Amino acid sequence: MVSGSSSLCLTDLRVGEKAIISNLRGGRGVASRLTSLGFTPGAEVRMLQNVGTGPLIVIVRGTRVALGRGEATKIDVNSRE
Amino acid sequence: MNSSLQEITLKEAPEQQSVTRKTPIIALAGQPNLGKSTLFNLLTGLNQHVGNWPGKTVERRVGSFKHNGQEFHLVDLPGTYSLTANSPEEMIAREYILREKPDLVVAVVSAANLERSLYLVAELLWLPVPVVVALNMMDVAKQEGLQIEADVLEAALGLPVIPIVASKALGVKNLLNVIQETLQGNRLVSPCVPEIRPDHREALNDVINKIQGKSPEPYPIDWVGLKLLEGDSEITQIMQTTMTQEDWDAVHDILVQHDDAMLAVASGRYEWIGRMVRAAVVRPRLGQISLTERLDRWAAHPFWGLLILAGVLGLVFWLTFTLGSPLQGWLDTQLVGGASRIASRVLVGTPMWLQGLVVDGIIGGVGSVLTFVPIFIIFFAIFGLLEDIGYMTRAAYVMDGTMHLMGLHGKSFLPLFLGFGCNVPAIMGTRVIESWPARLLTILIAPLVPCTARMAVVAFLAPAFFGSNATLVSWALVLLSLLMLVIMGIGLNWLLFKGQRSAFIMEMPLYHLPNWRTIGLLVWQRVVSFVKKAGTIILVVSVIIWLLSYLPAGDLESSYLAQFGKMLAPIGKWIGLDWRLMVALLTTFPAKENAIATLGVLFGRASEAGLAQALNATYSTATGLSFLVVTILFIPCLATVATIRQETGSWRWTFLNISLLLILSLVGGGVAYRLALALGW
Repeated sequence: MVSGSSSLCLTDLRVGEKAIISNLRGGRGVASRLTSLGFTPGAEVRMLQNVGTGPLIVIVRGTRVALGRGEATKIDVNSRE
Repeated sequence: MNSSLQEITLKEAPEQQSVTRKTPIIALAGQPNLGKSTLFNLLTGLNQHVGNWPGKTVERRVGSFKHNGQEFHLVDLPGTYSLTANSPEEMIAREYILREKPDLVVAVVSAANLERSLYLVAELLWLPVPVVVALNMMDVAKQEGLQIEADVLEAALGLPVIPIVASKALGVKNLLNVIQETLQGNRLVSPCVPEIRPDHREALNDVINKIQGKSPEPYPIDWVGLKLLEGDSEITQIMQTTMTQEDWDAVHDILVQHDDAMLAVASGRYEWIGRMVRAAVVRPRLGQISLTERLDRWAAHPFWGLLILAGVLGLVFWLTFTLGSPLQGWLDTQLVGGASRIASRVLVGTPMWLQGLVVDGIIGGVGSVLTFVPIFIIFFAIFGLLEDIGYMTRAAYVMDGTMHLMGLHGKSFLPLFLGFGCNVPAIMGTRVIESWPARLLTILIAPLVPCTARMAVVAFLAPAFFGSNATLVSWALVLLSLLMLVIMGIGLNWLLFKGQRSAFIMEMPLYHLPNWRTIGLLVWQRVVSFVKKAGTIILVVSVIIWLLSYLPAGDLESSYLAQFGKMLAPIGKWIGLDWRLMVALLTTFPAKENAIATLGVLFGRASEAGLAQALNATYSTATGLSFLVVTILFIPCLATVATIRQETGSWRWTFLNISLLLILSLVGGGVAYRLALALGW
């Protein structure tokens, strides 16, 4: 594991922050849809928009993806300073 | 080495003479937003047929084209991110490849986003079909500073890789040559199939051993093994039902021990992709802030985004009222009026019933529906444009919060908005919603968006009953209808779907310049489908309604329809409507604006101004209000009903929708009537 990394949930990231996905929790269906869009353990995500209770926009493997907050809380990340 | 497009064009092979007798079938596969449809439209042009996949409400497009004198059939598979059973689209794509066995699959990938778009290729390679990769969007990649060696990628994948720019028709001839060569066996295809990660390889082998000889046709055994490990719901169910309990338990044990295999398989695919991409991408993306990112700072902003959306919608309304409505009125007087006059002249001397049937029944019924075509074209063109340039997902994103109220996603907003023009494009527009429950719910509430035809009735009747307060009343009616939409949305979501909401995961594609061919074809296909409907189901029902309004004596006042209206008088009484208003309401079924014409006939063919006066003198304000409320909430018009049937593929949902709106409108009218009486109106 990268030293100085801490386990967070995707919704914890601030705009502009990058992190590495560590795990996908939750049902197979949602996890499977997420993996086909590029969300797999080890992939880097960058937060583009994270406002209030609205959906997030992140960039993963070069793709911009809008994600509901419910779905985003199922994604664990390790933040990198 | 530089494999730019110019060089590729030079490499294009000379025309070949060989012609094979059998027409090969080529399937186009690819993820959404990568230009697959653009390529399909480019190859087939108007030589394509749009329908539905059997038993599904997913659009199926097939077409044909000729290359070097040989004919090819082309099937556009639904755009899918993977081939796991997550959605009907994914099931259709893989079932088609496995069962219909196309001669070749062209996988469209994006040069600007190789990593993600090769994911589908990684899945395709496990299926028994030759694959040719069309490396699209070479221009976008270049803009982003990416440099990709197509031949290195070709060597790494072991598949033909042809760089193209579908939007500019570049490299397509070369792609077709390679397709032809591959079909003739003149091109070596030895794909480097992605392996599963070592930690799960043993589990996969175990599963494959245990299901040996037990996987049903047409599923290849190792593909079934892989899908079982991935936890694919459909394949799991198929194997569970075809295998004996004992055999299945043995497989199930392995799967339980490796329940993290899904992530491992997906990660394995991305590792494989990583190796391919590392070799082929010579210069990585520049670290610049892209145009898309800059535009999104506004378009996807929680505040500015809503304001921009409001501006876009304002523009749509403006276009509808300055261009669409006048054109519709012009068509109504010139085309429908003209056709009626000509028909009357031609039919002079024929029986009255024949004249009535042709002029009022057919021309009046079908013609008035067809006058909405200009409004249709405006709405579809704008909808197509917004979708094509990539704005639609931004609008969906900013509206997501509001749509949540009804258990829907932002994606339902724009189809609903189309409903202000006409409910028909709204219901057809719901095809952008991936999840079926969300799409169905959107279809069921869409008729509550007041369309231009209903607004025309309101615009005529509100001044008749409310004089100077007409504008206020009109706005209140629109708001009432939208409020009912929200309430029905919440209610149906709770009743039918237990308040469940499908996951909101939506790709936001890069913005790009519109492709007029794609937009033009979309408008053309939708208009043709609407006109066909006008010539069939709408024609038949219009004639039936006309017959009911004519028989037995030849006038409306004593017709079956009027008798039926009088039978409904007890219900009418409760909501303050007499039999004439009930008949007017019944005739709104073929087309909403018929209400005015019917009342005109029932009140002695008065002019419009005379009719307004007559209505005001005959009915109390409370009755007027009740009639307006019922009209705006009433059952959808015939064209909408036909579209709901077509898009849901079910009479059950269609009738549920009609019944709900019937009850809602009558209750709404009753409440409005009592309330108005209580207020002393």
